[in-house]
Order: sequence, then structure tokens, then C-alpha cells
Amino acid sequence: MSKIGHRLEPKTRPPEIRKKDFEEVELTISPEEAIKEASRDIKFCAAPCSFRGCPVNVNIPGFLKKVSEGDFKEAYKILIQNTPVPSITGRVCQQEIQCEGQCVLRRVGEPIAIGAVERFVGDWALENNIEIPVTSEKKHKKVAVVGSGPSGIVAAADLARMGYDVTMYEAFHIPGGVLAYGIPEFRLPKRILRKEFERLQNLGVNIELGVVVGTTYTIPELLKDYNAVFLGVGAGRPIFLNVPGENLAGIYTANEFLTRVNLMKAYMFPEYDTPIHVGKKVAVIGAGNTAMDAARSALRLGADVYVIYRRGRNEVSARAVEFKHAEEEGVKFIFWAAPVEFESNDGINVSSIKLMKMKPGEPDRSGRPRPVPTGETFNFDTDMVITAIGFYPNPLIPQMTPDLKVDDHGRVVVDIEGRTSIPRVYAGGDIVTGESTVIEAMGWGRRVARTIDKDLQKI
Amino acid sequence: MIKERQIIYKKELATNIYEMLIEAPKVARAAHAGQFVLIMVDEKGERVPMTLVDWNPEVGWIKIVYQEVGTSTIKLSMKKVGDEIYYIAGPLGHPSRVSKFGNVLMVGGGVGIPALYPIARELKRLGNRVITVIGAKTSNALIYEKEMSEVSDEVYITTDNGSKGIKGFTVDAVKLLLNNGEKFDAVWAVGPALMMKAVAEVTNGKIPVSYSSLNSIMVCGVGMCGACRVTVGNKTLLTCVDGPEFDSYQVNWKELTIRLQAYKKEEMISLEMLKGAGKV
Repeated sequence: MSKIGHRLEPKTRPPEIRKKDFEEVELTISPEEAIKEASRDIKFCAAPCSFRGCPVNVNIPGFLKKVSEGDFKEAYKILIQNTPVPSITGRVCQQEIQCEGQCVLRRVGEPIAIGAVERFVGDWALENNIEIPVTSEKKHKKVAVVGSGPSGIVAAADLARMGYDVTMYEAFHIPGGVLAYGIPEFRLPKRILRKEFERLQNLGVNIELGVVVGTTYTIPELLKDYNAVFLGVGAGRPIFLNVPGENLAGIYTANEFLTRVNLMKAYMFPEYDTPIHVGKKVAVIGAGNTAMDAARSALRLGADVYVIYRRGRNEVSARAVEFKHAEEEGVKFIFWAAPVEFESNDGINVSSIKLMKMKPGEPDRSGRPRPVPTGETFNFDTDMVITAIGFYPNPLIPQMTPDLKVDDHGRVVVDIEGRTSIPRVYAGGDIVTGESTVIEAMGWGRRVARTIDKDLQKI
Repeated sequence: MIKERQIIYKKELATNIYEMLIEAPKVARAAHAGQFVLIMVDEKGERVPMTLVDWNPEVGWIKIVYQEVGTSTIKLSMKKVGDEIYYIAGPLGHPSRVSKFGNVLMVGGGVGIPALYPIARELKRLGNRVITVIGAKTSNALIYEKEMSEVSDEVYITTDNGSKGIKGFTVDAVKLLLNNGEKFDAVWAVGPALMMKAVAEVTNGKIPVSYSSLNSIMVCGVGMCGACRVTVGNKTLLTCVDGPEFDSYQVNWKELTIRLQAYKKEEMISLEMLKGAGKV
């Protein structure tokens, strides 16, 4: 134990202070801390973190070794071969079930804080303006990347490095997809996102904002101008509970609430024009990452916040650290309860939720106990509800592109390498999987970029 | 050289109602009747949906008509010819489901009239007999009478105070037409929610096809936020990607009206702030 030492816990700002603002919660570790933590890595481990743990197969022992030697530039070089945006992945990946979950040190002690070290290297490179020149020859072929979220970022970076002319299309006025509209400032500062996009532009990626592919340009139109098209438009459409009263005023989907707060900066209303109605007592339905982001944002806007979840504490699907931070900040949790009806006193605004008490049943496909209604209900008074129970894939492109094959859930059908039913059109990320994590979408971006390269070599 | 998103022309059609031509070649080349754009006046602005009134794919402009009602539209009016709009995305939504129906009734109220115009023009072009009812509070507030006349076989006008045409609401003229035995194969209504609701109520059972273009509060415009959700035939649909036109007989009008009131208080605060800043 003494030899491998204790895991570094990154410093966080005190809960009572941070819950009042949108500044970042967790602090970047110092160079000394990074070197010390990376030095805990043991020689000759089989690196399951890289091969089984990481969807983009970051060479984790490789970058840790360079960090332990104090050579941050080399560490950065190794990292960006697989994750072009280590400042982002270091912050938002679910490390405890990915790299750190596979860390061999977990068996004999505590896993290395891989995410914190990765984030340190990424931030160090951004601060010191480290640029890694692209050396590949120009291919003189054009690829359109549709969507500027996680899968698009990786696909665009990889293809640009391979020498392709890449144009990225984004419907919103700010690039980043879920990283811009979904993940709050206190978890991923927008200045980091801006810098990562500057880097992408330095690689030669051309970014066009305000273009809605499907209507502004159709897929067949793009195919006339580009050798290949990558669709990384994500999981857009929110799933509704489909219980009575869900469309009362004061009931938001997490996507609407977070888009207003993050993308439109409603937390600075009325300096910014987009308003947000913040209740005194807010109920967030669901306990995934999106639910935590919504709950903690509502808390910062001055509300008393309750997360209501139909399963128990052990089934919370958010990153462990987000759940922990939410509790530290004072978000309250009501487990084993599910909404059956939303009620209103004035006929306009939500005023209470009728909740069904649930109990654990037989394990479902996810291996977690299935929530079973007990038949007993109770009322929960609230003046604002945020539903965060998941998403369907974004419907816009499939709607406008009849030839594009989708399954019953609206997911774009692809082969194992990301080819869709339309030649030269590829897809990856949540539009294909339905709903997963930032890093899994990035893994798709990487895989499909290779497929595009392989296919375009042939023509 | 006109730049993308630059204002080419601006005119006050009636008190607080403006017509604006904006350079937007990407939108103009793909636009169809019934579609809309999302506009952000500046980088701190809201995302505001605006129905496309007209467009020119060759030259590359789009036309919008709006009424100053809150911060965003007032800020838009403060822009001058030659100024740039921060963001325009579109065209969005499904085009109107136009075809040759036979006799078609078009009902427009206020700034809904210009929004109705391209749909009427398309229906006329397809060979329909187009009967139009347009209304405003007063004759001074009535806009697009000439434009609608150009694409209609008959035009009926209503004003709340009787200063022009029939005294009453557009729905009153619709009732008169139906009572006179006029037969229609389809009806389009574009205007305030209450007007569209009223038209739906009197035409239900009498006109088989009925569309209303809904004005739900919108944020994203691309189907991911759910702000503009409406109940249509007991299904929750999104105005932006499933609409903006829906079967008027299936829309849950009461719910739409409720959701339109969600930000009344904040709209006042924002407006006070704008006035306080001495900008208005």
C-alpha cells in the first residue's frame, strides 16, 4: 500500500460558496500533484484502462509516464492522438466505470486519478498554447461533419489531421452540441470549449454556424459538394413521461431548462434576453447526469431542489462525483417515487405532483432492480418541475431524408464501421446509439473517421 | 456588396408593425410556404421564430413581418438598413401541405396575415379558388390587404371597431360565409391562438381539411428542447419539427393558450430593463 500511495482527490470549491455561482466546482490539479499522482502508476501493467476502459483507447500508461517525468508536452502529444480534447474528456468522462474502473491499482488500493491528470495536461497545453502541427499530406477531398458535439469534434479533428478538407455544420450560434447547451459552466467552462474549437480551426476545420442540415442543406445536396458526409447530430428529442398535466406551465424538459441556462445564458437574465422561470421548490425527475446538471443549475438559481427518482440510491446513473457534489451542495433526493400526475391550482402553473411509491422488483436488463408501483401515492408540492428521463435521437435529419434507414426508435442504422444506408453518408454517436456518454460518442467519431478514410482511399 | 444577414430594407407598415428584407441566401434557396426562421438580434438575444413571408432564391433575400411586442422585436426594430442580424437559421418546420383542393378559405389576423400570404399564393398557383378573410383591430392596423388581394379570388375584411369592412372578428365573417352556403374543401388560419381556436370551432364538421400555424414559445427550433410542445390528437408533438402547421381540429387549444402565458412576468421585467437602459 505504501508503495502505491493514496489516490489524489482534486480540490473542490466549498459547497456553500460554489452553490451560489456558476464557476467551476473542481479545480485543476497542480503540476506537482500531477507528477506525484502519475508516478503512482506501476510498471508493466497490462493497461486494461486503455484497452477495455477507454472508448477511444487513450494510451494511458504512456501519457502518465511522461507526466511523471514532468514532460507535459509529450504527455499532451500522446493524449491527443486519441482524444483531441483532453481538457473536456478529463472533465466529463465517467472515469469510475471506464479507465479508473479498470485500473489495476483498484485491486490493491486506490485507482489513479486518471481523469484529473488528463485534465491537467489538457489545461496546461491550452494555457501554454501548445500546438501540435499536422504533418499529413493534403488529400484534396472534402468531408462534411454535421453536428459539432462530441462525435463531430473527434471525427473532424481526426479527418483534418489525415489531410481532408473538413467543414463542420452546426445549427446553433455556438459550437459544441451538448457540451455547449447541456453541460453547465460549473462543470465545463465555456472558455475551455471556445479554446478547443479555436484549436480545431487551427487544424483547418471550417465551422459554419446556423446551418440546419436537413432543411438549409439536404443530405443529397451535401453529397454533391462533399466526398463524404458524417452525421453526428446526437440524441435530441426529449422523452416525455406521458402523464396527465405534463404540459402545464412551469414544467420543463432538462434540455429546455439547460439550453436556456447554458446556451442562452438565462442565468444572466435580464442582461441576456432569454428568461427562465425559477421556482422556489423545484422537482427534478430522473437521476442521470442530465438530471444532476439540471438540479445543480436550479440550486444555483436560488431554488430548493429535490431529485425524484423511481429507483434507489444505489441505482443512480450519474457520474459518482456529480451525485456526491449535488448532495454536498444541498440537493435533496427522494428515492423510489415516480410521477403519475401533475396538478395545478390556477389551471396554468404546476403546483404539485402526485407521486407513486415504488419498490424494488426483479432485476431488469440493466441488472438493476426494476421499480414496481406499490399502489400507494403521495403529493409533493412544487412550483417548477424539470423532467430528465432521457432522449430519443434527433428526428430532424431522418424526417427530411427518406432514404436514410432508421430503426423503430428513430436511430440511424449503420454497419459496424458507421456506414448508413446511403452511400458516402456515415453516422456515429447518439444518433446511432440512442443515448450514451460523451466519450462513447467520441469513440464513434474516431471509428467512423477511419472508415471514411478507408473508403475515400479507394476512390 | 451585401453581406449575409444584413438588413436590406425596412418599412413600418402600421403602428409598431414592420416589414424587413434580410440577406439570407442559404435560407432563401431552400424556403417553402409555411416555414419559418429563428433569429437572434444580437448575441445576448432570444431565439425568436419568424414565419417566412416571402423570399427570393435567385437574389438571396428573405422577408419577415413582425409586431413590436417585447424586448426582442423592439431590439430588431432598432436595427437599421445595412445593420447585421447576429444569427438566422432555417428554413425550419414542414412546408404547408398545399395541393389542389378546389375551394380554399384563408383566415388571417394581425401579423398572421403576411404569414398567410405565401400559403395563399401557393394555393392560388396550384389552381385553387382562394377566398380570404383578414382582420385587424382597426383599419389603420390592417396590413397586407393588397398582397392578399393579388393572390385571392375574394377578400373579406373585418375590424374590431368597424372602421373598415365587417365590424367584428374574422370568425364572424367566416360564420357569415358558411351561413350563406359557401362550401370549402380546406381552410388555413394564421393569427392569434384565440382566433385560430375560434375558426377551428366554427369550421369543424363543415370544412374537411383545416390547418393552423401555431405560435408556441420556442427555444431551440430543431426538436431537442421541447419548449414548443403541443398536444395534437392526444399526442405530444413539437411545433418546430412536427409543425408549425397542425390539424386545427386536433389541437389542444386550451393547453397552447396556457403555455403561451408562461413568461408574462419575465417579459415585463425584460422590457422594463430595456426601457431603463434608455434604449427605447
